[in-house]
Amino acid sequence: MNELLKLLEKDSRLTPEMLAAMLSKEVGDIKKEIEKYEKDGTIVGYNTLIDWDKTDREYVTALIELKITPQRDIGFDRVAERIYNYPEVQSLYLMSGGFDLCVLIEGKTLKEVALFVAEKLAPMDSVVSTATHFVLRKYKDKGLIYKRGDVDLRGECL
Amino acid sequence: MDYGKLLSEVVTEIKPSGIRKFFDLLNGRDDVISLTVGQPDFPTPWHVRETGIISLEKGYTYYTSNAGTLALRNEISEYLSRRFGLHYKPETEVIVTVGGSEAIDLAIRALVTPGDEVIIPQPSFVCYEPITRLCGGVPVIIETKAEDNFKLTAKDLKAKISDKTKLLVLPFPNNPTGAVMDKNELEKIADVLKDTNIAVLSDEIYSELTYGSKHVSIATLPDMKERCIVVNGFSKAYSMTGWRLGFVCAPAEITKQMLKIHQFAIMCAPVTSQFAAVEALKNGDSDIEMMKAEYDRRRKFIVEELNRIGLPCFEPKGAFYVFPDVSGFGMTSDEFCEKLLDEGKVAIVPGSAFGECGEGFARISYAYSVKHIAAAVERIEAFVAGLRK
Repeated sequence: MNELLKLLEKDSRLTPEMLAAMLSKEVGDIKKEIEKYEKDGTIVGYNTLIDWDKTDREYVTALIELKITPQRDIGFDRVAERIYNYPEVQSLYLMSGGFDLCVLIEGKTLKEVALFVAEKLAPMDSVVSTATHFVLRKYKDKGLIYKRGDVDLRGECL
Repeated sequence: MDYGKLLSEVVTEIKPSGIRKFFDLLNGRDDVISLTVGQPDFPTPWHVRETGIISLEKGYTYYTSNAGTLALRNEISEYLSRRFGLHYKPETEVIVTVGGSEAIDLAIRALVTPGDEVIIPQPSFVCYEPITRLCGGVPVIIETKAEDNFKLTAKDLKAKISDKTKLLVLPFPNNPTGAVMDKNELEKIADVLKDTNIAVLSDEIYSELTYGSKHVSIATLPDMKERCIVVNGFSKAYSMTGWRLGFVCAPAEITKQMLKIHQFAIMCAPVTSQFAAVEALKNGDSDIEMMKAEYDRRRKFIVEELNRIGLPCFEPKGAFYVFPDVSGFGMTSDEFCEKLLDEGKVAIVPGSAFGECGEGFARISYAYSVKHIAAAVERIEAFVAGLRK
């Protein structure tokens, strides 16, 4: 198991100096390793998880189930590529079970998302059907709980 | 009221815990980064908390048997055998206590009568000496030294044994130094004890948190079990401090007497905690591994950082504390820590809180996130640089 990747997955803001000390390695080696992973795509990128509900930003998130007719030889890849290139699409997964593609979309309003589905996704040749589910509340994402800030509960138990 | 006449002199003469004193100074200081806490920062694993909740929902809110539920004692026995090769009979040799602290209290009270000597290596956890005094016992302190990696040596032990010695406290892995005793070193201690009538109180509360080597209990050495009282608990291994649950294992002749004190003073440990603890022992080995790996990374980080900023630091092999030398600034460790709190805005605990020989050192807890530790080290570095000017 790659400890460096696991640590970075949990917290990408750990500096190479911190990582080197924690893993008993040289700072230079850590930097090289990270660079290698960035180049070969093992590290895809770095994000910040934001609870937008704590801001005045208006937004909605929707999960859309798509049923697809796969194309000969290329299966789902071509239609997936056409979908993930839309900047509105946050995540896209190929699924087993009752539907084929799971699309996570962010938009300003319900209407905007609905229109995106109606105008961009539904008309695609290989899309057989869509089902849109709106997210009402995020409880947990990427292993992090959307609740409170960085609070040390040990102090609050005193 | 004349409280002076009212209150027990033995109690009034006991000094309050030096750790607590520092916590009180911290009170209401939001600008301070604290590295004082002696408890894990992880929440109790969810499956353990959930088991506690379900037991409440089902209505298990009654007393348990004095020694604790048999289900839990069975699991404790199985756990000690699996993890440390210790063998205790759940029916007669295990008592579930309110934390390791109560277990220590039971052990000392069951043995010590006025005039008996109790050998206590220091620096160490703060409770052994006052409890000994409450029993009229005489604490005999052994000062472990940095050059011995804060381990107890056979030579020092031999020098302190008298015909009044009743009990040796063996606090390893050690709070605050992080020292551990390996099998070879324990054998030398066992050699000194084997033809005596001295009991051993082996406080193994940090037994799951050793780095690079597995914890060895002195009770596993030949002929030692009969004289050993092994104390352990759930607080550190499973991050369950607030559940207040520990246990003590010893030969039935000893547990029989300890159980009476527990029976009359405590009755039984909290039932909800006992239900949760069964789940921890059954399915919590991977939680221990996860937390230990995290502590180990923090340990490496903070040791490297403290040495970098010029606070020489013995490499701790257990628990979650480092014990750097802060004697190079012309101040006592108490003064150093108070000044660091006032000017550097970082709280750590002076080594003198853990015995006079802790003077010159300070205890820093790394039961905090790496980022929290890094922010504190940055402040300590600036503070220390200021002192050196």
